[in-house]
Amino acid sequence: MASNTEKPAVQKPGARQTLLLVATRKGAWFYYADQARQIWRTDGPHFLGHIINQLVLDPRDSRTLLAAAKTGHLGPTVFRSTDFGRTWKEAARPPAFAASADGNGRAVDHTFWLTPGHADEPDVWYAGTSPQGLFRSEDGGVNWAPFSCINDDPQYRQWMGTVQDGTPDGPKMHSIIVDPRDAAHLYLAMSGGGVHESLDGGHSFTPLVDGLEVVEGFDPAEITFHDPHCVRLCPSNPDRLYQQNHCGIYRLDRPARRWQRIGRNMPAAVGDIGFPMVIHPRDADTAWVFPMDGTSVWPRTSPDGKPAVYATRNGGETWQRLDAGLPASQAWWTVKRQAMAADRNDPIGLYFGTTSGELWASRDEGRQWECIARHLPEIYAVETAEVA
Amino acid sequence: MKVLIPSALHSYTGGSKAEADGSTLAAALADLDRRYPGIRFRMIDEQNRIRRHIRIFVDGVQVVDLAHPLDPRDELIIVQALSGG
Repeated sequence: MASNTEKPAVQKPGARQTLLLVATRKGAWFYYADQARQIWRTDGPHFLGHIINQLVLDPRDSRTLLAAAKTGHLGPTVFRSTDFGRTWKEAARPPAFAASADGNGRAVDHTFWLTPGHADEPDVWYAGTSPQGLFRSEDGGVNWAPFSCINDDPQYRQWMGTVQDGTPDGPKMHSIIVDPRDAAHLYLAMSGGGVHESLDGGHSFTPLVDGLEVVEGFDPAEITFHDPHCVRLCPSNPDRLYQQNHCGIYRLDRPARRWQRIGRNMPAAVGDIGFPMVIHPRDADTAWVFPMDGTSVWPRTSPDGKPAVYATRNGGETWQRLDAGLPASQAWWTVKRQAMAADRNDPIGLYFGTTSGELWASRDEGRQWECIARHLPEIYAVETAEVA
Repeated sequence: MKVLIPSALHSYTGGSKAEADGSTLAAALADLDRRYPGIRFRMIDEQNRIRRHIRIFVDGVQVVDLAHPLDPRDELIIVQALSGG
């Protein structure tokens, strides 16, 4: 496998091409695969110097591309492209909280998460921000409106906590999920602030945290102590959710409301702490995680400097270490919650971007790994897409 | 009035020099946003606070109040604060 910045990846007429969208602390890059996913053509940087938290191609039209951006000096915004990044146009009204009468209200620091809406709502998108806020666009990402029912609700504001309660670079709303069977059925997660569900299109939400553990010494009944890192819905079984949490790996089979800690079955020496989680697009029993060192001061590195993906093929009953091709030792990077993704090929491809700016790929569901790009800035997000 | 634009915002204005009208700083920034849509929100948040790494000077004096009165002969200088990483 190799990356190539000169020659375009050769495609058979009519074939679908795998595209990786890589968002980093200093810009965005696109990687186009050839049919075998062995040669990757690099397109970038886009927005050099901008902090790109996520880059998502709308799977409903395979054309609308949104980028959540800010820079070190400037406020946040969302850029939109319909020509694969040849041109970009800024959102007319980016995600922003309602102005408060006294001027002391919250301000969006950055848009962190982007989710295309339901297939029946082709121009709808959702965005999650830091600090925690939920926003919706009904025109393909041009104008964004806040959900006051959650952004300004006193109970939710209490559960969100303050900036000091959140992750090191700001508390975040993430893992916004739309049930593919019902546009009004939504899930979201907040770090901190727990997992929540809406059955009415986001007009109201209720917590969904039963069974989730919190840091020792704290009360799991208090929603604000919950820190979901990444929640995923199974494309092949929308009644099943997986979650990588600050305190373990979980599975939830609806209509049950109690999460099961399937991470207890991980090797004790590795543990079940991490950020990303990826689900097989056609097999709800198969999922992948990327464990990290969550001991002592939380180094947020690969355990013992030996990075590995772990896979389950039976819904979390057992886990298999997948590290062929990855560094055997002295590799002190990890993978952020948005920086691991799967394509839809058969066998599926798995991809992750590291905090040290490497992009890794596997064409066989994680059995063998190869580095397809190095020396990028810290990678914040990796998304896959299929393009004609 | 003349407005000096920092490099981080040249993608909006096309360069370092711009013009804006307004009898207050708020009005001048609103006019600048009409001429260059989106530029204001990159400098001023939704609670009308000047963003953390933005500084605004009027005739060489730093201004933090958006209600600050302006004269057409004033020169507005927008600066990205020195910070990095």
